[in-house]
Amino acid sequence: MPVSAESPRASGAPADPGPAPEEHVRVDLREALRASHVEEVLERLDRELVGLVPVKTRIRETAALLLVERVRARLGLAAQTPTLHMCFTGNPGTGKTTVAQRMAEILHRLGYVREGHVVSVTRDDLVGQYIGHTAPRTREVIKRAMGGVLFIDEAYYLYRPENERDYGQEAIEILLQVMENERDDLVVILAGYKERMDRFFTSNPGLRSRIAHHIDFPDYLPDQLLAIARLMLAELNYRFDEGAEAAFVEYIALRMGLEHFANARSIRNALDRARLRQANRLFAAGGTLGRDDLMRIEAEDIRASRVFREGRLDRDGRA
Amino acid sequence: MSARRITQGTFSFLPDLSDEQIAAQLKYCLGKGWAVNVEHTDDPHPRNTYWEMWGQPMFDLRDPAGAMQEVRACREAFPGHYVRVSAFDASHGVESIRLSFIVNRPDPEPTLRLQRTETRGRSVRYTLATRGAGER
Repeated sequence: MPVSAESPRASGAPADPGPAPEEHVRVDLREALRASHVEEVLERLDRELVGLVPVKTRIRETAALLLVERVRARLGLAAQTPTLHMCFTGNPGTGKTTVAQRMAEILHRLGYVREGHVVSVTRDDLVGQYIGHTAPRTREVIKRAMGGVLFIDEAYYLYRPENERDYGQEAIEILLQVMENERDDLVVILAGYKERMDRFFTSNPGLRSRIAHHIDFPDYLPDQLLAIARLMLAELNYRFDEGAEAAFVEYIALRMGLEHFANARSIRNALDRARLRQANRLFAAGGTLGRDDLMRIEAEDIRASRVFREGRLDRDGRA
Repeated sequence: MSARRITQGTFSFLPDLSDEQIAAQLKYCLGKGWAVNVEHTDDPHPRNTYWEMWGQPMFDLRDPAGAMQEVRACREAFPGHYVRVSAFDASHGVESIRLSFIVNRPDPEPTLRLQRTETRGRSVRYTLATRGAGER
């Protein structure tokens, strides 16, 4: 008996039909929500990510839509897999990658992706170096991402209008094809700066129309950055003393004015350097240390930062 | 009668696996962390161990959908060939085959013919020759 290539897919439909559809069946949405354990992920999103209110709202809305679709499928109503490809725009360090990971988890719990892993790639992973290199490379990445989420960071680099023979176009075409034909197998999330992403979409209208959810990540406000710093420190079992917190508030204000400010990522780097200075301070001081000494970050650990010195120098120079 | 069936690899005494069954086997392999590879040949001679590779072995897959694509593509390109899937386990430091099974057979299948050759002292040497292979 020949193996038929036409036989039904191993697992196509995201929602299992479940019990036979009946017309009088009533479904409790809250119950369905609880059963999917999506609420946990959403709560963790709320707890672990500071700010980002518009993003969280959009994700909640999306989750609600997906849940309702699944319930509809269970009651035998027409339920077409919604297009799930997304585009995250925002400045660096605004949490795009983290949210992508949470999104994968939500999609997994709702049964829209089978594995729920995130394969994070950039142009280098997709585009080859010579003719005929790009297609297999892109396909390999896509195969790895199947059953999960393909996260393409700085997606606009795929398209280089200044070089018409650039291989990026080939990668885009393969992506387009996969986004259309293998919607059940993987979800593509594109990410990058807003303006460049917009320009990228203008030159690739096909891509824009295949992406249903455009989510914009706002920059963090100074007090949100402070809250992020506290969260990060708590995770690492550190804490600011009072002086240090005041110093860090000043630091944030100064750092935001400087160039290459990357929101939460800059905060993480600043904290890493503060920990370095704390370690050196502890070494220099000698003597015995308690738990509290090891956890505490003091004002001098923050104030030694170059931002204070150079920021001040700058202003003095100009003033 | 196409009752002659080459029995090589796992599951070869069973009826042909359906696509769902193949995907389920692939899922098992990927769950074990094995790399999977698709190969094909028109000559099922038992000494023909190295089949033609269909693309590169697939590492780091999480879901069988990607590998199933390759299986289907290989079948489409070589409907008259044997196609097999092999799973490699790298935990011994080398990629060693853990599971290998046929996912496509030509119809009708080629046969193996036993040839006897008399040599010195009337002793007999045996050779297997594939017949009906490579005609498609």
